[in-house]
Amino acid sequence: MTRPTRIEINCTTGVESIIELTDAEIAQMETERIVYEARRAEETAAAEALAALKTSAKAKLVAGTPLTEAEAATLVI
Amino acid sequence: MANTHTLIYSSTAGSGGTSSFDFTSIPSTYTDLLLKISIRSSSSVGTYDPVKIKINGSATNITVRDIYATGSSVGSEAPGSTDANIISYSSNSANTSNAFGSLEIYISNYASTSYAKSISADGVSETNGAGAILTLTSSLWNSTSAINAVNIGPYLGGSTWAQYSTASLYGIKNS
Repeated sequence: MTRPTRIEINCTTGVESIIELTDAEIAQMETERIVYEARRAEETAAAEALAALKTSAKAKLVAGTPLTEAEAATLVI
Repeated sequence: MANTHTLIYSSTAGSGGTSSFDFTSIPSTYTDLLLKISIRSSSSVGTYDPVKIKINGSATNITVRDIYATGSSVGSEAPGSTDANIISYSSNSANTSNAFGSLEIYISNYASTSYAKSISADGVSETNGAGAILTLTSSLWNSTSAINAVNIGPYLGGSTWAQYSTASLYGIKNS
């Protein structure tokens, strides 16, 4: 498998080099990917939970049944 | 472009792409720096990819707050301390073929050794369909060291900037 490379530009000399990533750099990118995807999953889950609460709150309001505190919180600004 | 803008260097990824654009040994002779970037990530995770910035080779001391808009939502986010250097988002290989995102990054008073540096960014991924995102980003590099290197890379491990991705660094003088 071809090792990933990066472009390094020395802005003083104008020399552009293509440099292979080190094992540490590759490992760091993988760590960053895991962190990012975990945060995105948390944000998606939170958005879906909020949407479900709003849907439930709306249905209960229409039906005239009591809301939970969490459902009511989605309606109060 | 105003004659106070000077192209320091422009680089384009060749076949196989590149894991990052690293501008090093940036002369301290300008007032501000401006990066103009056209990029497309090789990843197909989601419908756009985060773009990370490193200053002087490091991702630390960077904080970010952005406002974003997609085709279906708007919002604001501040990435956590472990991924705080996400400056914007780019197109990726899940988007329309050959569509590249656009990004501008402005770094004020980069050569100062007296105070922290503010960084602003204006970016958009491109695709002919749902899934594009626009971001306006305010960022701080909380260091009094002069900036002499800037690295722009894709965030997702194994991703590269596709062939023909381009990054151009301009120096801007205030007179």
